Amino acid sequence: MGQIKLKQVSKSFDKVKVIQPLSLTIETGEFIVFVGPSGCGKSTLLRLIAGLEDVTEGTIEIDGKDVTFLPPAERALAMVFQSYALYPHMSVRKNIAFPLRMAGFDKAEQERRVNEAARVLNLKDYLDRRPSQLSGGQRQRVAIGRAIVREPRAFLFDEPLSNLDAALRVGMRLEISELHRRLATTMIYVTHDQVEAMTMADKIVVLQSGQIEQVGSPLELYRNPCNKFVAGFIGSPRMNFIEGAEALKYNAHTIGIRPEHITVSKDTGLEGTVGVSEHLGSDTFFHVSVAGISQPITVRVGGEVGLHYGDKVHLSLAADHVHKFDQKGFRLP
Amino acid sequence: MARAVSTQAKLRNTAIAGAIGFLMFLPILWVIILSFKTEEDAIRAPLEVLFSSGWTTENFATVQARSDYFKHFSNSVIISVGSTLLGLLIAIPAAWSMAFVPTKRTKDVLMWMLSTKMMPPVGALVPIYLIFRDTGLLDSRIGLMLILTLINLPIIVWMLFTYFREIPSEILEATRMDGAKLWNEIVEVLTPMAIPGIASTILLNIILAWNEAFWTLNLTAAKAAPLTAFIASYSSPEGLFYAKLSAASVMAIAPILIMGWFSQKQLVRGLTFGAVK
Repeated sequence: MGQIKLKQVSKSFDKVKVIQPLSLTIETGEFIVFVGPSGCGKSTLLRLIAGLEDVTEGTIEIDGKDVTFLPPAERALAMVFQSYALYPHMSVRKNIAFPLRMAGFDKAEQERRVNEAARVLNLKDYLDRRPSQLSGGQRQRVAIGRAIVREPRAFLFDEPLSNLDAALRVGMRLEISELHRRLATTMIYVTHDQVEAMTMADKIVVLQSGQIEQVGSPLELYRNPCNKFVAGFIGSPRMNFIEGAEALKYNAHTIGIRPEHITVSKDTGLEGTVGVSEHLGSDTFFHVSVAGISQPITVRVGGEVGLHYGDKVHLSLAADHVHKFDQKGFRLP
Repeated sequence: MARAVSTQAKLRNTAIAGAIGFLMFLPILWVIILSFKTEEDAIRAPLEVLFSSGWTTENFATVQARSDYFKHFSNSVIISVGSTLLGLLIAIPAAWSMAFVPTKRTKDVLMWMLSTKMMPPVGALVPIYLIFRDTGLLDSRIGLMLILTLINLPIIVWMLFTYFREIPSEILEATRMDGAKLWNEIVEVLTPMAIPGIASTILLNIILAWNEAFWTLNLTAAKAAPLTAFIASYSSPEGLFYAKLSAASVMAIAPILIMGWFSQKQLVRGLTFGAVK
C-alpha cells in the first residue's frame, strides 16, 4: 500500500508553467526526496500529490486508483508542513486526535492511537500543553504525530526541518529515518538541503525549473550525475568545474572534479596559490586559485594539513573521478 | 536606541496631550454637567452654570416619565446586536472566501464594497423609504436591523478579511489534509483562531449601529425608535430644553460609553491585530 504514480503531470499558474509534464513512480515503502533550488517546483509537485493544488494536465494514481480529482482528505495521505501548522487553540492531545475525530473514530480508539503516537514520539509529558508552550523540535514531533495516527498510505513532508536549528535538525533527521524504518510507509520528502537528501533518501529526484533532471539513489547521483546541474547540486562542498585547456585534455567542454578527488603535492600537477581555508577539524577545505581557471578550486584534505594563505601548491586530479560534460552541460561518456 | 527625553519635556508633552484630550472630551462633560442642572441654570453663562448651586436629578425622572427610556433602550440593543449578528453571518463566509480562495477580482470586489460607503446615504433615502413603505418595514425593528446590516456590512467584511488573512493558510491546508470538511474547517479551526478579530468586529459594529442616526431617524416613528430618536425628540418641538436634552443624551450614550470603556482593551487589540507580529 502506498504506490504513487504521476503520469505526464503538469501545472500552470495563469500562463506560467511551473511543472513541465513529468512522469514518476514512487514504490510502496520508498523514502523519496524531491530536491532542488528554491523555485524549482518541488513543493508544488508535493502539493499536487497532496491535492492542495489542482493538476493542470495529467493524472495521479495512488495504489492504482486515479485520485487526480479527489480532495486531499480522500487521498489518505498525511502531510507535515514547514511551519508545523499546528492548531494553536488546541492542546497537543487534541491536535493529534483531530484527524481521527474527523475520520469518525470512537473516543477509545482515538485515545489509544494518540497515546501510542505520543509514546513513539516522546510526547507523553506534553499532551496537555498548547503548541505555543513547546519548543520547535517538540512542535515538529506533534506535527508528525498528527500525521502518523491516521495510518496514511504515504507521508508528505514539506521542508519539515528548515525552521529548526542545526543541531536539532540532525537529530530530527535521524528520527524521521528511524520512523520510516519502523513504519515502512511511503514517504515523500521535499528539501532544498542536499545533505538531508543524501542522508535520508532511498531515491532522490533532482528538480530544476519544473523539470526532473535525474532520479536515482544518493550514491548513483553522486557517482554518475547525468548533467552539470545535478553534479553541482549533489555533494558538499560543491563539485569543481573547470573549462578551457585543462578540460580539452579530456576531450570535454567542461570537466568536473569533487574536492575529495584532488590531491595536493609539492611538485606534480596544476600550480596554484592557497586562498581561504575552512577548518572543520576532521577535514580542511582549501580554496586554491589556479592560473587560467576562473573559479578557485576547492580541495578537501585531512584535518592536520598545514598549509597557509598564500602558499604555493600543486593539484592533481584523480583521473577516474573526472566527470566530463559537453557544451550544453550533458554528461559525456 | 532609546531617545533621551528630559523630564521637563515629558511634563510639557503630557500637559499638552492632556489639554487636547480634555478639549475633545469637554462637550461630553458639559452635557453631563447640564443634565444635572435645572433648566434655568442650564441657559446661564458657562461659569455661572458651573458655580450655580443647584444640582438635581429631576431631569432624568422627567425624561423617563415622558418618553419611556427603556423602550428606546431595548430597541437600540435589539437593533444593534441583531444587525451585528446578521452581518457576521453573511460576512464570515464572505471574508473567508476572499481571504483564502482569492481570485483576480477579489481586490476589486473589496474596493467596490468599500466604495458604497463613500456614497452619501441620503442619495438612497427615497428608494429605500419607498421599498420599506411598500414592504411594511417602516418603523419595524426587523427593517432597521436589515438596513443597518447592509450599511455596516462592508466594514465587517473588511475587518474580518484583514484578520483572516493573518491566519497562515498552511493551518487551513492542514485541516484539509486531516480530513476536515469545510464546515469543520470554519467552525473548529478558523473561527476560534480569529476570535480576537471577530470580537472587536462585533464591538465596533455594535457601537456603529448604536450611534447610527440617519436611517434610524428617517425610517422609524414610534414603535421601533431607538435611543437616537429618543434624543432627537428633545431637540425642538416645545422649544429648547437644554437640561432635559442633556439628560436624554446622557441616558442614550451612557450604555455604549460604559461598554466601550470595559472593552477598550479588546477593541485596541483587535484593531491593531496583525499590525505588529
